Amino acid sequence: MPTPARYWREIPQRYRLEAGRCRRCGFIAFPPRLICPGCRSREFEIIKLAEEGRVISYTIIRVPPHQFVDQAPYAVGIVELDDGVKLMGQIVDCPFEELRTGLRVRIEFRKIMEEGEAGIIYYGYKFVPA
Amino acid sequence: MVGIVGYGAYIPRYRIKVDQIAGVWGADVQSYRKGLLVEEKSVPAPDQDTITMAVEASKRAIKRAGIDPREIGAVYVGSESHPYAVKPSGTVLAEAIGACPEVHTADLEFACKAGTEGMYLAMSLVKAGEIKYGLAVGADTSQGAPGDPLEYTTAAGAAAFIFGHDKILAEVVETYSYTTDTPDFWRREYQYYPRHGGRFTGDPAYFKHIIGAGRGIMAKAAIKPEDIKYVIFHQPNGKFPLRVGELLGFKKEQIEPGLLVTYLGNTYSGSSPLGLTATFDIAKPGDLILIVSFGSGAGSDAFLFRMTERIEEVKDLAPKTRETLEGPKVYVDYGTYAKFRKKIRKANE
Repeated sequence: MPTPARYWREIPQRYRLEAGRCRRCGFIAFPPRLICPGCRSREFEIIKLAEEGRVISYTIIRVPPHQFVDQAPYAVGIVELDDGVKLMGQIVDCPFEELRTGLRVRIEFRKIMEEGEAGIIYYGYKFVPA
Repeated sequence: MVGIVGYGAYIPRYRIKVDQIAGVWGADVQSYRKGLLVEEKSVPAPDQDTITMAVEASKRAIKRAGIDPREIGAVYVGSESHPYAVKPSGTVLAEAIGACPEVHTADLEFACKAGTEGMYLAMSLVKAGEIKYGLAVGADTSQGAPGDPLEYTTAAGAAAFIFGHDKILAEVVETYSYTTDTPDFWRREYQYYPRHGGRFTGDPAYFKHIIGAGRGIMAKAAIKPEDIKYVIFHQPNGKFPLRVGELLGFKKEQIEPGLLVTYLGNTYSGSSPLGLTATFDIAKPGDLILIVSFGSGAGSDAFLFRMTERIEEVKDLAPKTRETLEGPKVYVDYGTYAKFRKKIRKANE
């Protein structure tokens, strides 16, 4: 049986988009890291990522993992947030014919998946047209 | 002085027209459109629930309040559709807005008036000096049994309000609650859909409690209907609020700005609170606004607000309620609606 621990550990990122910014070179790590891959510094400050951005790539998932079967077909995209961070997530509330690279999107809080009928509900970020 | 320092509304993008529902059940659509004054209703996407809508409405309230979420000392979510039977909605909300861990949280449930209950608690804690700011949300993804008259109106939406002492945009002038034990609508444990007493939900329930609370608060505040700019009543359909307003001595012009049900449906705990946000969006400093909720079971909470100068500064900081309602929407047919609302039972895999 899956344990809630992993989901719980990721709550600051899933709910609030908390990232680590290197105090020495400014590198933004999402999720946060212990050591900066750019300058090897261990000094990070917690920041919140931008809540808007633009789609730089996307695809339509038609054969999904089992937890996502009821949602298929659905769009997944890479979005460049306004602070430069690139983030992958589902793009929802958007008819496929309106999907395009460059589309302005914003973050919304959504249900990501459920652990069956009796397990916990995973919440987190998705993108919707801005 | 205590009052509202920020407010926010959230309405999902999907809609279904009553024609779709009437068509499936062989009902006379005109009698529903005329009888309920409802044209269409909001439908939550499959990845939306009370918690996700509460988070979005609260983020908008925080934007208007312009406060640090860590200063919010209480978070209350009122709903009859909390996603978990056991595990609070409020903890997810408090965590998502960044109010944890120094915060008091509770989930409330009282049919359609759980939203105003949270408002009463948050306001009272601020007034008592226990907390600096308190957040109260009314949110629901309400369910009606297939073919039941409720199915034409049960909708989804959320409204959030932050109470505080400073940065007030709407001062609380008076409050009043009116409660009796009246079994007009209920849902037993493990039952998927609620049951109701049909016409019994009218006179002894909706009308008695709203009139009781409406008259009570106006007497307490020593004001008359003509002193009030806008009035919002619980909106299970379009007819009840207009009728109860007339009985209390209000004119259509005072009721209609906050009447969203015709194109939104009944968002239960979000119903009258969403109407309140729509009137805040157009209110001017000095306006008196009265809200009277109703929850089956049964009871009404009434709040009288006086708008301050600050409303002009903050109303444009987040999406306005009517714009959200009229904004980009996606119509679904009954089959899609039934899938979204899990009205179709799938085989176990």
